[in-house]
Amino acid sequence: MIPILIGVTLLTFMLFNIFGGDPAQRFAGKHATVEQVQTIRAELGLDRSLPEQYLFFVKQIATADYGRSWASKQLISTMIGDGLGATLSLTVPAFFSSIVFCIGLALFAVWGRGTILDKGTVVTCLALLSISSLVYILALQYLLAFRTGIFPISGWDPSWIGRWQYLYLPWIILFVLSLGPNILIYRTVIMDEVFQDYVRTARAKGMSEQKVFAKHVLKNAMIPIITVIVIEMPFLITGSVLIENFFGIPGLGGTLIKALNDSDFPTIKAFTVISALTYMVFNLLADVLYSVVDPRVKLG
Amino acid sequence: MPTASSSSADVSTSIVAETEQSDRHQRRARNSLWWDAFFRFKRNKVGVISFFVIMLYIAVGILAAVGVLYPNAQVPNQVEAYTSMSWAHPFGSDIFGRDILGRAVHGITTAISIGLLASTLSLVIGLVLGAVSGYFGGKVDGFVVWLYTTVDSIPYILLIPSLTFVLGRGLINVFIAVGLTSWVTTARLVRGEFLKHKNRDYVMAAHAIGAGNNRKIFGHILPNVAHLAFVQFGLGFVAAIKIEVILSYLGLGVDPSQPSWGLMIDDAKNEIARPYWGNLTAATLFMFGLILSFNLFNDALREALDPKMKNK
Repeated sequence: MIPILIGVTLLTFMLFNIFGGDPAQRFAGKHATVEQVQTIRAELGLDRSLPEQYLFFVKQIATADYGRSWASKQLISTMIGDGLGATLSLTVPAFFSSIVFCIGLALFAVWGRGTILDKGTVVTCLALLSISSLVYILALQYLLAFRTGIFPISGWDPSWIGRWQYLYLPWIILFVLSLGPNILIYRTVIMDEVFQDYVRTARAKGMSEQKVFAKHVLKNAMIPIITVIVIEMPFLITGSVLIENFFGIPGLGGTLIKALNDSDFPTIKAFTVISALTYMVFNLLADVLYSVVDPRVKLG
Repeated sequence: MPTASSSSADVSTSIVAETEQSDRHQRRARNSLWWDAFFRFKRNKVGVISFFVIMLYIAVGILAAVGVLYPNAQVPNQVEAYTSMSWAHPFGSDIFGRDILGRAVHGITTAISIGLLASTLSLVIGLVLGAVSGYFGGKVDGFVVWLYTTVDSIPYILLIPSLTFVLGRGLINVFIAVGLTSWVTTARLVRGEFLKHKNRDYVMAAHAIGAGNNRKIFGHILPNVAHLAFVQFGLGFVAAIKIEVILSYLGLGVDPSQPSWGLMIDDAKNEIARPYWGNLTAATLFMFGLILSFNLFNDALREALDPKMKNK
């Protein structure tokens, strides 16, 4: 894990400080004078040597103190803390409700394997996947908010009670967006189990198909399903960038797009490292969990 | 597998028939995995139809690129701004009076070239790195695994915008950014296959008659794992087109002077409340047709190439 972390920091650092041209020049804009660029360079610590700057970056990560944003001069750790609440209140309900719904549908599809039920599910999922997520956002916002007025078009209330009314529509959109990929992946996982020997044995001893599914297939499929879910957990943090940007939700995604537009390097760098860390932690968790629930797997 | 090859030979006679060439096809069908896969693919109607739809898209894309179809799609015509549907403009015209159908047709060229270039780039990187690390093992393997785990740890929604942000916008930079970041799955799969194959008998036999590393990697093992590459290429193609649309929407994609479905959807953002649906409908329909055909084609291809599917 440590070598990967070094890799991530190195990659991020090189991307922005070496390949990206002079950060100070970028930040100052096209019309800045030479003196202005010099001042900015000194102010942001860009006049030091590259190894020095890299070590400083690593120190920031180790102490979880990412400094201040170039654009808003806010502390980046505060920005992330503020954004996290908004993002999670958007993603958590959509993520978990989608999992339950999609596993149910996938079970139905596998139940009707070889029939139109299964084929229809697969083709519908592929069709859902063939439309850009932007179109879902635009169309659903138009239909459910602008045209019919069921939900507010966009907006935000910082209080926990007041924000829900603005979140229903983004939830629906996130839910719809997750249908295609989720059903397909759970269907594949469950389908793998159906052809296993123990399922055939269960049927051979005269067990009803319902019981086979409930007692054997689903139970055993839960192992890979849990792994899939854990690996997808980082989605809770990075999965709603477009929707936050669209609905003006002040979460991490909205902050990130703003940072990209403002050439706000420290913020982008902090986000990259944090999301990579999240990804690594959940992958590790998936491995550990896998060996706990499946005794055949040994951690190497 | 006598039954499988004889049945595909039957299919070949009934379809190709007559000419002398069909004899050659038959003979090859008996002993080639690829012909076997081809005949299995041919029996899948959905796969064949989607293949022809993709070809149609490519043909239209080429015709648009050489200027036969809608040569004036990018020329503004302020007199005709926001006209509604008509025979001259089936999807109406946009804010600058440009024909939306023409823009969508030119969007095919952009989408296909990005899909093609980005997935070729990622395929080459993935194949080479996966092959080298799986074959040589040791330190090389360690390095490649470290490299792809690192790249994989950074979510693409961050990595690709950062990369295009650093490279600047434009068609070429989008495909470089997408290609440089999407090779991980290919590399991982190819590495796994090479680990399995490198100690098999046929590679040992090649070694025994004096084949070098290059010959063993490219001449012997690669053809046996190439089916993975085909499927990955298709998946990468679809992913690249979808990413381009989102990048263009975020203002990090192709240049605004280029026709692109993402830019059309971005325009539509301010138009659907008027309500003016031309841009959104055209871009969505064109994209839907291409991506859905590609998804179905990939599915059929995977089924045809996967020997395990034969008995199911």
